[in-house]
Amino acid sequence: MLEIKNLRVSVLDIDDSEILKGIDLTVKTGEVHAIMGPNGSGKSTLANVLMGRTEYVITEGDILYDGESIIDLLPEKRAHLGMFLAFQYPAEIPGVRPWQFLKAALDAKADSRGEEKMSIRDFSKLFDEKVEAVGINPQLVKRSLNEGFSGGEKKRNEMLQLEVLQPELAILDETDSGLDVDALRIVAHGVNSMRSPERSFIIVTHYQRLLNYIKPDVVHILVEGKIVKTGGPELALDVEKDGYKQYTSVGASA
Amino acid sequence: MTLAAPPTSVEKYAAAFESLSDSGTPDWLIATRLQAWANFSELGIPTARRGNELWKYTNLRPLADAGFEYGQIGPVSLDQIKSAGPWDDAWDTVVVVDGNFSAQLSSLNGTPGLTAGSLGEAIAAGTDNLESQFASLAGRENYAFTALNTAFAADGAYIGIAADTRLTTPVHVVFVTSDPTSSRATYPRLLISASSNSSLTIVESYINLSESSQLTVPVTEVFSDHDSQIRHYRIQIENEKSFHIGTARVNQKAGSSFTSTSFATGALIGRNDVHTQLDEPGAECTLHGLYMTSGQQQQDQEISTTHARPNCTSHQFYKGILSGKSHAVFSGKVVVERDAQKSVANQKDLNLMLSRGARIDAKPSLEIFADDVKCAHGATAGHVDRDTLFYLRSRGVDEETAKAILIRGFADEMLDEFEPAALREFVERTTDDRIATLLAESDTLGTV
Repeated sequence: MLEIKNLRVSVLDIDDSEILKGIDLTVKTGEVHAIMGPNGSGKSTLANVLMGRTEYVITEGDILYDGESIIDLLPEKRAHLGMFLAFQYPAEIPGVRPWQFLKAALDAKADSRGEEKMSIRDFSKLFDEKVEAVGINPQLVKRSLNEGFSGGEKKRNEMLQLEVLQPELAILDETDSGLDVDALRIVAHGVNSMRSPERSFIIVTHYQRLLNYIKPDVVHILVEGKIVKTGGPELALDVEKDGYKQYTSVGASA
Repeated sequence: MTLAAPPTSVEKYAAAFESLSDSGTPDWLIATRLQAWANFSELGIPTARRGNELWKYTNLRPLADAGFEYGQIGPVSLDQIKSAGPWDDAWDTVVVVDGNFSAQLSSLNGTPGLTAGSLGEAIAAGTDNLESQFASLAGRENYAFTALNTAFAADGAYIGIAADTRLTTPVHVVFVTSDPTSSRATYPRLLISASSNSSLTIVESYINLSESSQLTVPVTEVFSDHDSQIRHYRIQIENEKSFHIGTARVNQKAGSSFTSTSFATGALIGRNDVHTQLDEPGAECTLHGLYMTSGQQQQDQEISTTHARPNCTSHQFYKGILSGKSHAVFSGKVVVERDAQKSVANQKDLNLMLSRGARIDAKPSLEIFADDVKCAHGATAGHVDRDTLFYLRSRGVDEETAKAILIRGFADEMLDEFEPAALREFVERTTDDRIATLLAESDTLGTV
């Protein structure tokens, strides 16, 4: 599904700004991977680069999606392929209603794949179902996208979009940050209910606690732009117990 | 201060003024016109910008240099009017072609309590208060364009609403510039008189059936008697070679409410100059507007409100979307006089800049002479946010569509203010068309 090969990434137009220093990672169809790391390790950068954010420049390596390189594709093209990024800080968009925006997104995807667009009636039905499933206040989605939403409501809204767009690879960028336990459960429920042999997830997180609710197949520890350790779910528990220090250059030499 | 009038800019209008017929015109109106012409002759087209606060940001040189003929041309068909602007068969509609009322094109439903039709006829008929109202708010002050309009005042539209009459169906006044091959000047005039405890929705639209450069200098005077409610909409969609220098003067009595929402996307140089005088306690005005500019357009909002008496409220809220090498001005002024305690006044102007070549001059200002007041003002100029754009694109919406969605989202708050359904539909459609043009002239501002 996704292969990241020796990926090196810097910030555009800034010298000596290398953030990712040779990442190798393979996510197979149906797998859930967790990428854990301390602040500043580059995990959010990785999530954004996968989705095509162009403030970053790839200096070396490649990203393959279903065997094809996607590093020259625009963000919208990656979405059409089936990729999805749930944002750490979803943008507030005044005047844009979630319904209208999601319909536009689905239409664009259908267009690009040469599929028939969903009728307004069918879409409406789907939307209402998903609103209920995600437990988002129906009044809220009639208003501007994310405007005045609480942190939890924004995350629910990200889950709503995930449910409606039904991506094949969903990347969650610190979706758990700033969430209370109830909201965490909602995110976890969203992911778990969508988990299937045809869908993969990459869950980027600082803390282990989300992984209490979503059991990953593989856990990677990302430190200082490199994956320093890969293992099973038990790896997350080690982090919980001993922190990241054991993996940092300072910590390791200490 | 008297500005030295560039003689050439006055001379261009002199022959037309001399040619005006006085026959059938009441003496008081002839006197008013002569006085207005004398004022204009002294003032001329204001091209000096230095030291001229009213025209500091808008260069009228192209207007002063151009020449315009005067006189009605026509003919105009109803279909042309319907397809060019907002329209609803259910509305009472007054059509004014090149400044003159057209009975043939107007459709008046004989609504009880409503007097709607020719201003010239209303004057000739000696309509109550008209002699004292006419030019009492606009035309006698030292302002070149109200003077110019008043000098040529003969006809236009008159809308009167009787006391305690409350109308929900809009009255539409369409000012049409016909389709001449040459450049013409027209001086539309609208007088609205809302008696006590009346309620009125009025749509004032300016459409241009010509593709050549025209000069439109409209003047609207509004008299809101006590406890009246007026919901006013102003649509300016003239062609992009034309000059539209509009003025509205509003006088509000106790407990009256005046809400005006402007939609200005037309003209090469467009100006909407609105002054509301909150003349008695408890009056409230809300002035809203959306302006969109592209190419070399200039759009100038000159908005002022005077709180003369206590317990009045005013809101000024405008939004602009600018692209190409266009230029917009928001000059908002609120004066709270010494006697006007417990005044509440808000001013806001928000702009979305789509190109590096576009320019906004936003100048909200408050002059407060009372001590117990609540006033706030603010202005911003921003561009399409990179993070927001990336967010939309990451969900599969392409860059152009994402930008269009964001721009429309920015405009929507203002579009929501256009309540009559046919009007709302018209401004939405026109906005979507305009967004396409604006986007075509946008540059790298705010790309991912």
